[in-house]
Amino acid sequence: MKQDNDFSYLIDLLGGGRRLAKNLSSFTNLTLNEKTVYSWKQQGIPDKWKPAIIKLLIKSGNDVPELFFPPGMNIYNFNSSLSESNVLLSKYKDFKRDKITNENIKSFHKNMLFLRRFEEKVGQLYGLGLIGGFCHLYIGQEAVSVGIEAAIEKDDNVITGYRCHAHLLSRGASPYKILCELMGKDEGISKGKGGSMHMFAPENNFWGGHGIVGAQVPLGTGLAFASKYKNKSSLSVTYFGDGAANQGQVYESYNMASLWNLPVIFCIENNQYGMGTSIKRASAGTDLSKHGESFGIPGYAINGMNPISVYLGALKAVKWVRDGNGPIILEMKTYRYRGHSMSDPAKYRTREEVQKMREEQDPIEFIKKELLDNSIYDDEKIQNIDNKIRAEINDLADKAKNAVLSKEDNLYKDVLFYGEDN
Amino acid sequence: MSKEPVRNAIRDAMAEEMRNDPDVFLIGEEVGEYEGAYKVSQGLIAEFGDKRIIDTPITEAGFTGLAVGASIAGLKPIVEFMTWNFAFQAIDQIINSAAKTHYMSGGLVNIPIVFRGPNGSALQVGAQHSHDLSSLFINIPGLKVVSPYDSTDAKGLMKSSIRDPNPVIFLENELLYNEVFEVPDIDYTIPLGTASIKRSGTDITITSFSRGVRAAMEAAELLYKKNISAEVIDLRTLRPLDTETIINSVKKTNRIVSVEEGWMSSGVGAEIISSITSSAFDYLDAPPERIAALDIPLPYASNLEKLCIPDKENIYNLCMTLF
Ligand SMILES: Cc1ncc(C[n+]2csc(CCOP(=O)(O)OP(=O)(O)O)c2C)c(N)n1
Ligand SMILES: [Mg+2]
Repeated sequence: MKQDNDFSYLIDLLGGGRRLAKNLSSFTNLTLNEKTVYSWKQQGIPDKWKPAIIKLLIKSGNDVPELFFPPGMNIYNFNSSLSESNVLLSKYKDFKRDKITNENIKSFHKNMLFLRRFEEKVGQLYGLGLIGGFCHLYIGQEAVSVGIEAAIEKDDNVITGYRCHAHLLSRGASPYKILCELMGKDEGISKGKGGSMHMFAPENNFWGGHGIVGAQVPLGTGLAFASKYKNKSSLSVTYFGDGAANQGQVYESYNMASLWNLPVIFCIENNQYGMGTSIKRASAGTDLSKHGESFGIPGYAINGMNPISVYLGALKAVKWVRDGNGPIILEMKTYRYRGHSMSDPAKYRTREEVQKMREEQDPIEFIKKELLDNSIYDDEKIQNIDNKIRAEINDLADKAKNAVLSKEDNLYKDVLFYGEDN
Repeated sequence: MSKEPVRNAIRDAMAEEMRNDPDVFLIGEEVGEYEGAYKVSQGLIAEFGDKRIIDTPITEAGFTGLAVGASIAGLKPIVEFMTWNFAFQAIDQIINSAAKTHYMSGGLVNIPIVFRGPNGSALQVGAQHSHDLSSLFINIPGLKVVSPYDSTDAKGLMKSSIRDPNPVIFLENELLYNEVFEVPDIDYTIPLGTASIKRSGTDITITSFSRGVRAAMEAAELLYKKNISAEVIDLRTLRPLDTETIINSVKKTNRIVSVEEGWMSSGVGAEIISSITSSAFDYLDAPPERIAALDIPLPYASNLEKLCIPDKENIYNLCMTLF
């Protein structure tokens, strides 16, 4: 007699061991052989594979037996794509604070401080006329890039818009080369031809640096497409802003990413303004993490001023994507302290609003407190680290200032690619 | 006459037309509360309110299509692109919807709309923010393409563009916004499709438009010092092109150099030279020449960027080769 918890028949329902192994492999991007699937008939289906199997059952129009869901999971109305993915997501545990080590806290502190001091320096150099054009600083948003980077692997792909210095640094690109680029120098990461908005670091799997609002979103989706196509385990973190979230191609990307189950984390850096327009004046639905719902893409909002929250939230998203569940949306609630770019009079918000964020929510002040409260560092140590970072950045900036300008023979190079040897 | 920067001339033209015609409205990113990313719409929201000065989300394809739809229904939208580079997001609605509908409907539907914003390179804003779209649009039947240089023309041509019952592409230039020129105090318009002779001369014709006119005028001054009298033509409208004025000039000077800040390939210069060789070939004493931006995406570094856009010396040198 079939027991209540014997779900071996589901394997046959889904076309038998070979077919199911194949479907699960291509669905999740993990390798699975026929034998293993057959062995589940005796040993039961492991929990790890249940989400994908539930998805396949739903896709093929079969009922999912209630007991197949782990306890606590709500299965009502699971036929809508939204509830389907949310049901699955609810099976994923939240990573808890106890996951955070002292080493994490130290590196969050060091990395965020580096981004802050770097961008402050860039602001100064701009003020001195050594950097030109559009230049968008990341000050205030450091927890996002640092927290995400801690949760992903080096061979994952990252892409963003024009506010890109921090993401490059987090990926491990050379701060010296970035400074050189900003000053139009020959040693610049794009030979001085890209500038602040257009920098790329293929060796760090960082793919730009894009000036057209929203255009990076399908590109990032394409990076994920390539990972899946080549059976790689890498995922794509595709960053964009709250303003960019209104571009049509974002929704076209959501649709394709879900349709083809692509390994992409859509990371929205909601700093509450797209240039001078607050999100309330630009988005009919300001709950950006929910914008994937009708495509069956789950998502959640995270306090993007807190690197620990970002990191823990990202860990869950990374697991979700790596398990083959397809895309997810992370909405980082964050804030930029400086103007949109260097030429922004910022009349659209009050000084008090900015001041309040700085005083009450600053990610670096938060992490300093963590260091002190947990007796990881004392004040002196924190000061020493800051001094060291400032000195390092000053040295790099001085060196970059003295570097030679982009050479004239760069002008006609790189319009078309003529192969590695040319 | 009063002195006005180009920025204000464009704003005043829009305001005057909005006062005259309640169907005219302005729509685009940051045009209202922010008063324009380049402050071209300064003061307009105070006068006309947010019903007629409309801030959009960053959604170019959407608001451009919406504006074309509104003009199908009889309104007269002015669509501001923060810069023309971002109109690539909306190019389908401009070309496939705005430019072709009148023809496809056998004349039943017309699209009175102005698309405007700063075009071409500014300073060190990199390849994606420096595109000059003029030659792209002159390729399209069903569009009119305007690109003024000074304040008088900017105002008069903007008023005509708003009154025109067709889609008009109005290409401004960020680096001209602050330039101050005289503007007549009377109510006036300048007809689309007419070039203007900025400086008359007898030895060589130099054509240009938008910011290129300044370099052309400066080059004419250099030529004058060498006893060469250059005639400088500001094209003002690129489609329909005022070939009559250009041809008449070449018949007098027997030489022509076309100057543009966009790329050379299939550019405005190609169009002008083609007209000259077919209509005034026998009058030429030297090959018709053109000068344009280097054939590369615009680099960021200022030392490289400077080499890319034709300046007075480049134009002067090219002119000198024709004697
Ligand atoms: C297609 C396009 N439209 C407009 C712009 C001009 N622009 C640059 S950044 C920006 C605001 C974007 O805001 P958001 O997406 O929230 O990113 P944030 O700057 O806040 O990081 C605008 C309108 C552009 N670069 N590209
Ligand atoms: Mg924003």
